[in-house]
Amino acid sequence: MKVHKMLGQGIIHALLFAVSLLFLIPLWWLFITSIKPIDQILTIPPIWWPQPPHWENYVAALTSPAFPFWRLMGNTLFYCISSTIGAVVSSAVVAYAFARMRFTGRDLLFGITLATLLLPGVVTLIPTYVLFQRMGLVGTYAPLIIPYFFASAFNIFLLRQFMLTIPVELSDAAYVDGAGDFLILWRIILPLVKPALIVVAIFNFIYAWNDFLGPLLYLDDSSRYPLSIGLYAFRTRFALQWNLITAASLAITVPLIAAFFALQRYFIEGVTLTGVKG
Amino acid sequence: MSRKTRDNLRAYLFVSPWLISLLVFTAYPMLASFYFSMTRYTVVRPPVWIGLENFQVMFTKDDLFWVAVWNTFYYTFISVPLQMLVALILATLLNQSTRGIGLYRTAFYLPALVPAVVTALLWMLILDPRAGLANAALDAMGLPKLGWMHSVVWSKPSLIIISLWVGVGQPMLIFLAGLKNVPKSLLEAAIIDGANSWQRYWRVVIPLLTPTIFFNLLITLIASFQVFTTAFVATASASGATAAGPLNSMLVYMVHLYRQGFRYSSMGYASAMAVVLFLVLVALTLIVVRSSREWVHYEGAPPR
Repeated sequence: MKVHKMLGQGIIHALLFAVSLLFLIPLWWLFITSIKPIDQILTIPPIWWPQPPHWENYVAALTSPAFPFWRLMGNTLFYCISSTIGAVVSSAVVAYAFARMRFTGRDLLFGITLATLLLPGVVTLIPTYVLFQRMGLVGTYAPLIIPYFFASAFNIFLLRQFMLTIPVELSDAAYVDGAGDFLILWRIILPLVKPALIVVAIFNFIYAWNDFLGPLLYLDDSSRYPLSIGLYAFRTRFALQWNLITAASLAITVPLIAAFFALQRYFIEGVTLTGVKG
Repeated sequence: MSRKTRDNLRAYLFVSPWLISLLVFTAYPMLASFYFSMTRYTVVRPPVWIGLENFQVMFTKDDLFWVAVWNTFYYTFISVPLQMLVALILATLLNQSTRGIGLYRTAFYLPALVPAVVTALLWMLILDPRAGLANAALDAMGLPKLGWMHSVVWSKPSLIIISLWVGVGQPMLIFLAGLKNVPKSLLEAAIIDGANSWQRYWRVVIPLLTPTIFFNLLITLIASFQVFTTAFVATASASGATAAGPLNSMLVYMVHLYRQGFRYSSMGYASAMAVVLFLVLVALTLIVVRSSREWVHYEGAPPR
């Protein structure tokens, strides 16, 4: 029995190890290509470690006028930070109402909110563009950021689920002391749902960081490009310089991977909450 | 003012951002999509009502529309089941494993974090038809090299491979959490009833997991039909060629829609395409939800 079990574990680990290699090798390839000289990139057999490593590719990529890294980074950070603030603040306020306040039409409104979770984004794409065009905001970050300040179904849902787990007695006591809803939300609820707020913040930040279609539609001036579009434009000009393209690619990917390792707990919690309670 | 009115007013003040969002960023654009779909509209001039002409052109004259529909169906109906299957298998293996779960879990989830542009570029490199890593691997195994994104036959499978690399991590984490939620007592009861591990998996674990499968399936399906960035980046050649992949074999629905609306300024036609995709997705969602009564097991309900 014991031998049987150990054999089973061995097979499981062998399988998991093999598959995880398939997932990790492309990332390794991204890295290794970024430090190769141009003639060691597309070779058969493949070269797994370049002789010598060309770290200066990073200098070449990140100082290239075609990939103004720090300006792109500044634009991306502006987009990510402002949209994340908007998303967290607005969703927390709305979620509080759904979790803690009684009002006419609440359940209907919450039902509609859940239904919009499944609404395909494509059906609102063009009129939203036209709307911002008429407001003269196309070409700026306003169309990308403004919607975040009006909450989103997913964030409301996630925060509400968390807020429902907080005992009502805690806020009731504050009510008796004469505290208003804003004060209760700020002083009692928000500190207790901090993990959920972090989850919402992380997901929005990453979504904005990776967003491609939004900036592609709304931004036309290259001085306003975020990293994602900047990399795309860079590649269009240096199609064959794979070492520089991968260096630039890695430069915009590493911050996310670093954030993942620093905040892993929240990532896993966030992803699983969406599925299990849904 | 009665207390109830006051409570309502205060609550509606709290939900007002979301109400505005529902009206301005959801309800209005939805209705406007339907209106624009029946107009000729180039943004610079006001929309002109043309009835169903856009739909007529789409169904009878625009050959690329049908190419895009075929490509998107091909992509979705192979990619989504594979994503679900691989995610479920990996989650099951992880759940059986005693050590190193965290490491494997990280390995499977990392690709989901990579920006879509980077993913597209990275896989263009790996799938390079001359001497990319994939062909080097085939060569080492004594197999013939493939054209990948440069071949009509292999371009869509290339997109599907990319979708697996990116798209397995998230449902895998959700499945894993679902598996951890399976009550030990039920499994122990099954052991006492003499069920072997295979029977326990199919008769106890999988039925309990069906709500999670249902949720993952719906989300992945809707996202997959709207795939854009990988196909867009992979087909935007530096040479400025207009075909999306060889013989437009990577022209997915959203790329065609984007080109119509934002490259050729046919906002009316693009809206009509959006409306068609919306209706198809609503129909599919309803089919999945309807069918779920047959196969999704909810707690408390007797198993079928």
